[in-house]
Amino acid sequence: MSDGRAAYIAGIGQTEYKRHGGIMDRSQFQVAAEAVLAALADAGMTPADVDGFASFSNDANEAALMQVALGVPQLRWMSMVWGGGGGGSCAAIAQAAAAIQAGYAQTVVVYRGLCQGQSRRFGRFGEGRTHGNFVHPYGLFAPAQMLALQIRRHMHLHPQIREEHLGMIAVNARANANRNPNAIMYGKPMTMEDYFNARFIAEPLRLFDCCLESDGGCAIVVTTESRARDAPTTPVRILAAGHGSGPGWGSGPLGSQNMPDADYDSTNSRRIARELYASAGVTPQDIDTAQIYDHFSGMVLMALEEYGFCDVGGSGDFVAGGNIAWKTGKLPINTSGGQLSEAYVHGMNVAIEGVRQMRGQSTSQVDDARLCLVTGGLGVSPTSGLIIGRD
Amino acid sequence: MAYFPSTMPGPTPNFDDREFWQACERRQLLFQTCADCGKPRHPPGPVCPSCRSLRTKWTEPEGLAEVYTYTVVHHASHEAVKERLPYVVGVVTFPDLPGVRLVTNITDIEPSLVRVGMQVRLWWDEIGGGMFIPRFSPITP
Repeated sequence: MSDGRAAYIAGIGQTEYKRHGGIMDRSQFQVAAEAVLAALADAGMTPADVDGFASFSNDANEAALMQVALGVPQLRWMSMVWGGGGGGSCAAIAQAAAAIQAGYAQTVVVYRGLCQGQSRRFGRFGEGRTHGNFVHPYGLFAPAQMLALQIRRHMHLHPQIREEHLGMIAVNARANANRNPNAIMYGKPMTMEDYFNARFIAEPLRLFDCCLESDGGCAIVVTTESRARDAPTTPVRILAAGHGSGPGWGSGPLGSQNMPDADYDSTNSRRIARELYASAGVTPQDIDTAQIYDHFSGMVLMALEEYGFCDVGGSGDFVAGGNIAWKTGKLPINTSGGQLSEAYVHGMNVAIEGVRQMRGQSTSQVDDARLCLVTGGLGVSPTSGLIIGRD
Repeated sequence: MAYFPSTMPGPTPNFDDREFWQACERRQLLFQTCADCGKPRHPPGPVCPSCRSLRTKWTEPEGLAEVYTYTVVHHASHEAVKERLPYVVGVVTFPDLPGVRLVTNITDIEPSLVRVGMQVRLWWDEIGGGMFIPRFSPITP
């Protein structure tokens, strides 16, 4: 991505974040539209500058209707990443970048708006789940239960990873959220004792190992280098973006658990991690901060391993060594509070925090941060990732 | 009495998996296997991912199953499981069917005693409507 057609992020926008069912005063579609308008305003643009929309997770706020609502004169790009949940968050950003690099569009807004009180909660039984026949009759209904199976297996194969290490991911996210006034868990500090006192959801996952379920909208403006340089914001370059899946993951954790044995206890990210670093021309040691999709704490531990920040099985020691803590650690993660404590907008809020870090605008700002890894939803198909940077 | 109440979502067989569930109605656990290259697979699907053959046969595993991983569920994500909490969802494997993993329940054991690698035996749970669901319990009580 260094051929002079690099894609940049010029704008970020979000609505308020509320607990699921907390936004009932206006439609989910309006929430998504407000996020898009906020991101465009941040970029110094109007809907007249937009010629593309991208989203994921079967976002119900269709691009064609968004064009009508916002009065966009001409669309050249409308794309949707297959798959529910947040696996496609960075994939939608990758599609926007691909559209710009290939010249199909000049400015693509990636958005996600969800008001779970108006649609459905993701953490419960849902009709029509792929391979539902092979999980529902056994009471395997929700992602927390499904991904607990991978996490249990990983902790079985690597017994040096213990429950307290899961807790450290949760406590770290909460500490960061308590510096972020927009976080749902702002003003609600949590100790390790609080963590262990909370009930189990699906062992080894306790309540605070599981992400929030939220209402809110997020949007990111992806555009050309020249337009990004004209914007009032610090240009943030997309150095590498990708998505995809290894074999068998379509019937993986959220299906009948039939991904390959070799990477059963993984986040399905090994290839993506390798290719992102190669594409960006950087190594894990170059990354200053990471925003890792934290639907469940244990998946973050596995991602730290697969993205090369520590050895396989070494994530427990890595977090216990203080490496993920702001601001003393060498890799502060999920600095807005992440989805465990800021909000759960299917990874888009996590990507927005990555952009804030590159601009120097985080409430837990990493000193002189120049490179950030962002991941999409982990342990699903597709999963996705980004490396973004400040020039 | 069935392991879960009758309000529990049961299978709704489709084109790809109906033979699996027809076998369950006969209290037979059969996994789809490629009739050309012999590779077993689960869940059932129209094409062999190894040799791309469309020809299938059905194979019954021999011997005991083994717990590959499990979780003890404490939170009801559906009304039907409330009275059964905590219950164990396990993923089991079969020594003669490499690559096949089955989501099931591990029953008749104190949940804290379930372990990865534990050997378990199939039993059939009659859920009504002529359907039986495969669940597993430890070989030693």
